Amino acid sequence: MDSAREVSDGRLTVEGFSVASRAFADKWKIHNQSFPPWSWVPLINRTLLVSKKQEEGYLSLEKIIILSSLEEEIPEDESLNVATDCLEKEETVDHTILVPTMENEAHYYDFHIVYSASYKVPVLYFRGYCSGGEPLALDVIKKDVPSCSVSLLLESKWTFITQEEHPYLNRPWFKLHPCGTEDWIKLLSQSSSSSGCQMPIVLYLVSWFSVVGQVVGLRIPLEMLN
Amino acid sequence: MAKEAVKYVWEGAIPLQIHLHKSDVASHPAPPPALVLAPRIGYLPLLIPLIKPYFKDSLPPGEDSIWFDYKGFPLKWYIPTGVLFDLLCAEPERPWNLTIHFRGYPSNILIPCEGEDSVKWNFVNSLKEAQYIINGNCKNVMNMSQSDQEDLWTSVMNGDLDAYTRLSPKLKMGTVEDEFSRKTSLSSPQSQQVVPETEVAGQVKTARIPVRLYVRSLNKDFENLEDVPVIDTWDDISYLNSPVEFLREEGKCFTLRDAINSLLPEFMGDRAQTSGEERSIDDTEEADGSREMGEIKLVRIQGIEMKLEVPFSWVVNNLMNPEFYLHISVLVKAPQR
Repeated sequence: MDSAREVSDGRLTVEGFSVASRAFADKWKIHNQSFPPWSWVPLINRTLLVSKKQEEGYLSLEKIIILSSLEEEIPEDESLNVATDCLEKEETVDHTILVPTMENEAHYYDFHIVYSASYKVPVLYFRGYCSGGEPLALDVIKKDVPSCSVSLLLESKWTFITQEEHPYLNRPWFKLHPCGTEDWIKLLSQSSSSSGCQMPIVLYLVSWFSVVGQVVGLRIPLEMLN
Repeated sequence: MAKEAVKYVWEGAIPLQIHLHKSDVASHPAPPPALVLAPRIGYLPLLIPLIKPYFKDSLPPGEDSIWFDYKGFPLKWYIPTGVLFDLLCAEPERPWNLTIHFRGYPSNILIPCEGEDSVKWNFVNSLKEAQYIINGNCKNVMNMSQSDQEDLWTSVMNGDLDAYTRLSPKLKMGTVEDEFSRKTSLSSPQSQQVVPETEVAGQVKTARIPVRLYVRSLNKDFENLEDVPVIDTWDDISYLNSPVEFLREEGKCFTLRDAINSLLPEFMGDRAQTSGEERSIDDTEEADGSREMGEIKLVRIQGIEMKLEVPFSWVVNNLMNPEFYLHISVLVKAPQR
């Protein structure tokens, strides 16, 4: 149905989202190995509704562990203090420090990239919780996120966070508001012509995430944008 | 004629009998239930000022965090009351018996509610989303003055259709032509309608209609609706917040059936209409012939059991909620797997 390789108005069709998601997940796997990969969750598994012609779904990245900031440690770059299985930090970190203690709890984060049929753009949903499963409040989450992200949140008119129900999971999640997405996607488009600002579909989510991810402290390596 | 229907929608109400949950009862004897008439287009938290006086002397000390349940099933406060009723009571229960809680908010299931402000925020947000779907942008809502936005919300809260009718033109939502009357509604001062049509190619025009579809799936057929079991988890309801692409073709009427078909193609019975090659190639169950189609048992909008042949334009122009969303409750029998 939709064989276009590019979008010119900053918005995606549901098929485009599916294509863009695969491309994003593939690039992430190659270039961002300090993180676990994103997985595609087909809607067919999630709801009673059988999905239509194309496979509809969302991207999921779960159980990212963030240790509540240790006072002494100043992160080298502004990314999250992510503890993963294959830790590749440059500073010499004694592994025993990374074991959660009573004072420094492990916080877990889940991120879902969901397609909004209304706005025709992707939307980021996220939540944080403790090892016991208790959800984290937004002000606690903000402490886990580097300070430059927090100011992005507060000062930018493009990014504000609300607590809403996850569209498929019947639970409260935090959502980064989609209003204005197509406008700044157009700004990120690499070329423009009389027909609009061209954004290749395979790069859509990568470009989108390069902005949105920063709000929640997730950076992507520049190589992903090629 | 259109005005009559909208008036009925605004005046629609559901008698509620609200019981205080036993764990919140700190008085003896326990207070009797409160009887309240709830507007269909309203929301449960807005009723709290009416309900609380009945129970305030019975409450234990502490701060309130109010929520409602229906037979133990926590109710999502941001869904209009009429929709909750149509969806959860297969056989309408009058009065509808609900339980109110003042403590123990299930915040792992329900998003928080800070009273009227939360409900208003949810309303305005839905209005923006609906406008985005209809007009392609939400600048009219965003540009509305603070006092106009307040007044619009107040008119909804108070069920004041006259005030709402005065204010809603400021939203400049597009309009959709009634297919049965063949009259353009743009010039009519009585129009309270919807969507701009975008000309595509030839005779086909499309418009996007904001729809929220709530599907309850049952495993078997029921002779009587009152035999339908009470729901126990929101996971048994599929919620679809997806616009309907309203196709206008010369000589064809786009019906409610067509609209629902576009959102739930697996449930429409008339397989002859779907071309063989459109079936998904990995639909192996179909190849085996072992899979039966699901079946739509009931479609309710604003409490009305709808005939699917009704022109969708009529439904859109008359049965929308004030935030310009059409809420459709559907009871289906699941396809056998």
